Amino acid sequence: MLLAVFSDIHGNRQAFETCLKIARAKGAKRFVLLGDFVGYGADPEWVVDTAMELVAQGAVAVRGNHDQAINSTAETMNAEAQIAIEWTRGRLDTAQRRFLAELPMQVEEDGRLFVHAEASHPQRWHYVRSTLDAAKSLIATRAHVTFCGHIHRPALYSMSVTAKMTSFVPKTDVPVQLLRGRQWLAVLGSVGQPRDGDPSAAFALFDTESCQITYCRAPYDVATAAGRIRDNGLPSWLAERLSQGC
Amino acid sequence: MPKPLVKSGAEIDGYTIGECVHAGGMATLWTVTHPGIDVPLLMKIPRVSEGEDPAAIVSFEMEMMILPRLAGPHVPACFGTGDFARQAYVVIERIPGATLYKRLPELPLPYDEARQLVARIATALADLHRQNVIHHDIKPSSIMARESGEVVLIDYGLSHHNHLPDLLQEEFRLPYGTAPYMAPERLLGVRDDARSDLFSLGVLLYFFTTGERPFGEGETLRAMRRRLWRDPHPPRKLRPDYPPWLQEVVLRCLEIEPVWRYPTASQLAFDLAHPDQVRLTARSERLKRDSLGVVWRRRFNQGAMAPRAKSDVAVQIASSPILAVALDTAEGAPELNEALRVTTERILATLPSARLACVNVLKLNRIAIDRTLDEQGSNKHIDRLVALRHWATPLKLDESRLSAHVLEAVDPAAAILEFAEANQVDHVIIGARQNSFRRTLLGSVSAKVASEATCTVTVVRPPRMAGDAGGPEAGEG
Repeated sequence: MLLAVFSDIHGNRQAFETCLKIARAKGAKRFVLLGDFVGYGADPEWVVDTAMELVAQGAVAVRGNHDQAINSTAETMNAEAQIAIEWTRGRLDTAQRRFLAELPMQVEEDGRLFVHAEASHPQRWHYVRSTLDAAKSLIATRAHVTFCGHIHRPALYSMSVTAKMTSFVPKTDVPVQLLRGRQWLAVLGSVGQPRDGDPSAAFALFDTESCQITYCRAPYDVATAAGRIRDNGLPSWLAERLSQGC
Repeated sequence: MPKPLVKSGAEIDGYTIGECVHAGGMATLWTVTHPGIDVPLLMKIPRVSEGEDPAAIVSFEMEMMILPRLAGPHVPACFGTGDFARQAYVVIERIPGATLYKRLPELPLPYDEARQLVARIATALADLHRQNVIHHDIKPSSIMARESGEVVLIDYGLSHHNHLPDLLQEEFRLPYGTAPYMAPERLLGVRDDARSDLFSLGVLLYFFTTGERPFGEGETLRAMRRRLWRDPHPPRKLRPDYPPWLQEVVLRCLEIEPVWRYPTASQLAFDLAHPDQVRLTARSERLKRDSLGVVWRRRFNQGAMAPRAKSDVAVQIASSPILAVALDTAEGAPELNEALRVTTERILATLPSARLACVNVLKLNRIAIDRTLDEQGSNKHIDRLVALRHWATPLKLDESRLSAHVLEAVDPAAAILEFAEANQVDHVIIGARQNSFRRTLLGSVSAKVASEATCTVTVVRPPRMAGDAGGPEAGEG
């Protein structure tokens, strides 16, 4: 079965819609949402509603730090993110807020672990920036493949049976077989706010039979997404960075 | 890990195991058969039991990832893989015959035989590099040949694929590979430079033409590291009759700094195919190794070699293409030849490692017997070579990047196409004759080249003059 994995949608309707359309066209049968549905973007209601529908149809969804911040003032964030979170709180209704509050921190099924950030302490929201971070995450689980997001830059790490690490920046559209003899950590790029220099939306497809992962990019209507951020009075840098992909 | 299921007569995923044909340090090879596949097959099984070298597993994983992605005549076709969860294996086409290792007792080979052999290996390597793979273990026992003559490169356990995770990246504290053939940068942990394979091929060429390995057989790290600063004895010192062009090629492959080697395997194959066009430098004359002063400077100035930018096989190949410009020096209009030069200059300006082959076709008569001398008695072939070089002079290209070729043929378009194919040309630049009577009569050479070539073709026309007819016929190539 082909899984489509999305992370860090951040209220960007245009990006998420495009990714969903492409993933369905490529034959994705099941969806995995790795958290951070809201924050930064100007369409949190639509994104959360869509996530709720997908979950009702069997999708997996986990919680991100921005989702947690909607219901908790304890989360600390930078100024722009904080402004966006406060604006988002005012936009979501009770059902939407409850959906975010009840999201699990992680989900494991069939040797696959889905989590928003580094998996050794998911609630600490650590980034996976290096092989060292990846090693911490992989040692904490027995799962064959861990999928996470949070850092908004795609990467693929592996750990051999002798705990040797490899790191790799995946090439778009080139399937990589995640060999069963080692553990893998697939870090996804962001759907709604890519930060690796490529403004197109990032997601991944995973074939559960062949164990192949394919990192994908979807060019989308950045101008509309950025315009919506400006029109809603959110910080203008949040609009600008969408077109720069940083 | 489960016990190996492999023994004669057993069946794995539809493959029936035959006999064990090879038991190496890292893997065993078995003949297998499968209903519906009628080529001879080999199953390669890694040694994974207790006490075996863990490198065997990692290099086998690399092969499992790389082999199914390779295609073409220069690699063994891959039919299937099985992973470590049950029984790890790869099933590949069995290439008949022996590896080049079998030929070691015949060394040194005659120069021309070695030249042709290594040219074929370079062609195979170029094809592999175009598939984003660096072999990293080029040596006689990794090289076989098909009955049709094409070289097949085997054993991808140490290879690097530019689009896949490199599992060997951090696996070993020491560089892993075959010591006598290993490029110096490999000792510094560099695994993404395709020119490492050209160094190994240079070692092989040196060995096959002199009978000696340029860096000996030392397996210790200390012995291997010496090649970071110590150059080998020039082949001419070992064999006084060693052709200067061959020494030029060998020592260029064996340059310590990758940037001084050939930029691509295709360019090496090109020089081996045209030994008379190899530009000779001081390398070709050398009779002894570098002075101790030079060696000491290299040894204690390693900072210069230290950090290097990550390199990308595809980018490296794309920046070092072989261009061929087809020129009609005899009949061609001066404006067209000028336009061709302007276009060529623009393309070369962006590609500092490209090489340019200037090609002219000396048209043979279909019926009459051709004379090599013209009416005035001068040699037509040499005249044309001079004209080609004269045309290229304003481009101010280094001689090592330029060559001139006069092809003799009845059909000029076919000759250009054949030249492009045989020399792995990446881009043909050709002029379109405007409104000529000959073109109407004979059909257009550029149109045939443009439609039938397997590489990029740029068709050049002189700038349109005011008052020129702008109709579709006028511009047709």
